[in-house]
Amino acid sequence: MLKEPIHNEPRTMEFYGEGLPYLKDTSIKGRLIVIEGPDGSGRSTQITSITARLESEGHAVINTGLKRSELISGGILEAKQKLPIGKKTLTLFYAADFADQLEHKIIPALQAGYMVLADRYIYTLMARSIVRGISRRWSHDLFGFALKPDLVFYLDVDPFDLFHRVFQKYSSLDYYESGADIDTSDDLFDSFVSYQRKIANEFRQMERRYGLIRIDGTRPIEQVNLDLQKRVDAYISRLWRSNS
Amino acid sequence: MQSENREQVHAPLKNLVTGKLIVVEGIDGSGKSTQIHLLDKWLRSLGLQVFNTEWNSSDVVKEITSKGKKKGLLTPTTFSLLHATDFADRFERNIFPLLRAGYIVLADRYTYTAFARDIVRGCSPSWVRKLYAFASKPDLTFYFRVPVDVAVDRILTGRAKLKYYEAGMDLNLSNDPIESYRIFQSRIIDEYESMSDREGFTVIDGTLNIEEQQTFVRQKVMRILPDRFRTKMTAAIREIC
Repeated sequence: MLKEPIHNEPRTMEFYGEGLPYLKDTSIKGRLIVIEGPDGSGRSTQITSITARLESEGHAVINTGLKRSELISGGILEAKQKLPIGKKTLTLFYAADFADQLEHKIIPALQAGYMVLADRYIYTLMARSIVRGISRRWSHDLFGFALKPDLVFYLDVDPFDLFHRVFQKYSSLDYYESGADIDTSDDLFDSFVSYQRKIANEFRQMERRYGLIRIDGTRPIEQVNLDLQKRVDAYISRLWRSNS
Repeated sequence: MQSENREQVHAPLKNLVTGKLIVVEGIDGSGKSTQIHLLDKWLRSLGLQVFNTEWNSSDVVKEITSKGKKKGLLTPTTFSLLHATDFADRFERNIFPLLRAGYIVLADRYTYTAFARDIVRGCSPSWVRKLYAFASKPDLTFYFRVPVDVAVDRILTGRAKLKYYEAGMDLNLSNDPIESYRIFQSRIIDEYESMSDREGFTVIDGTLNIEEQQTFVRQKVMRILPDRFRTKMTAAIREIC
């Protein structure tokens, strides 16, 4: 009775829509795990700890995130400084940045058999656009080229708690993450809370359609970590089934 | 009471796009830019408010696109998305508000360029079309039909070198840039031809002389303009004929 690593068996990529029809090699061996959640939800802490855990178990891990493509991310920052920038324009810019990372980093890593841990994915991009008035259908169609992850967690944190965490960490609020660009109120606290609530609602809407797993992120970090770790372990052990 | 009134005032305005969107399409060297330039001069001379917009010209996106192009890092999808970003920027900033305000917007290339190029590069046709679903439908689209050799010769005259993406070198059609360019352009023509009827293109024979083409263009444009301009224009058309 041999234990075979099922996750190393090549599979065909699955996409949300039309995918990348020009790709010649569509088989992947690795797994894509996504952690979603707002700034201050503890995403990066959780990713560091899951990475360490997976590596200690002998898996090769690559981390990826939004706004990290060499090609485009600088341009987004520049564009944001040149206000006003349209909502569709910004959405497409982020999509281009994501596509660059997907094709140059995520897919090659998955083809090589890596565990890819993504610090946010298309869901954040969709939620941000939708709360700014972009249609759900258009956002969904736009990301038809995106690979379906194997596992997506999202850290759901109560906006009030989030506010305290963000303030403790950065001692100020981010303009866009407070929805200040779409809010007419001059009260940044109100604006932050109502914006984060809208984002959280959007994530709840996406839960079923995209198979997101909600993690209560309001609990202490250690507890959230234990919860996530258990779920990741359970998933990994299912991949390593007995082969007799 | 007041807000109800405001609703009534705003509701009909919402769908009222008073401007006109006129588009020229065709491969490089088809002569479309010359024609839209002459059309622009004429419309302005008649006192109309005109705005010109060109493909891939938004300041926000240009730099990144050219950076990626130099490095040869663009995939069909990123290439497509960056051009869509460029288009969206011009659309949100200029094209749409100006159409609402009653301008005549002249677009040197529009969504059809993306449909043709991105599909030739291997993107999914339905995906590309959905990407541009927000774009207004043009009132008039001129497609300049020319045999590929005529257009290619026009472009190559006085040109030292073709650029990597311009020649379609990313498609691995041929190691010779000129040969690659020729194949790439002929595939784009195939795409244009296949959408011509469906999209309601007004086809112009790009091998005719410039004046003949312009007369035809102006006659077509005249028909979509408000009545008050028509008489003025009929006189002007007679002058040039």
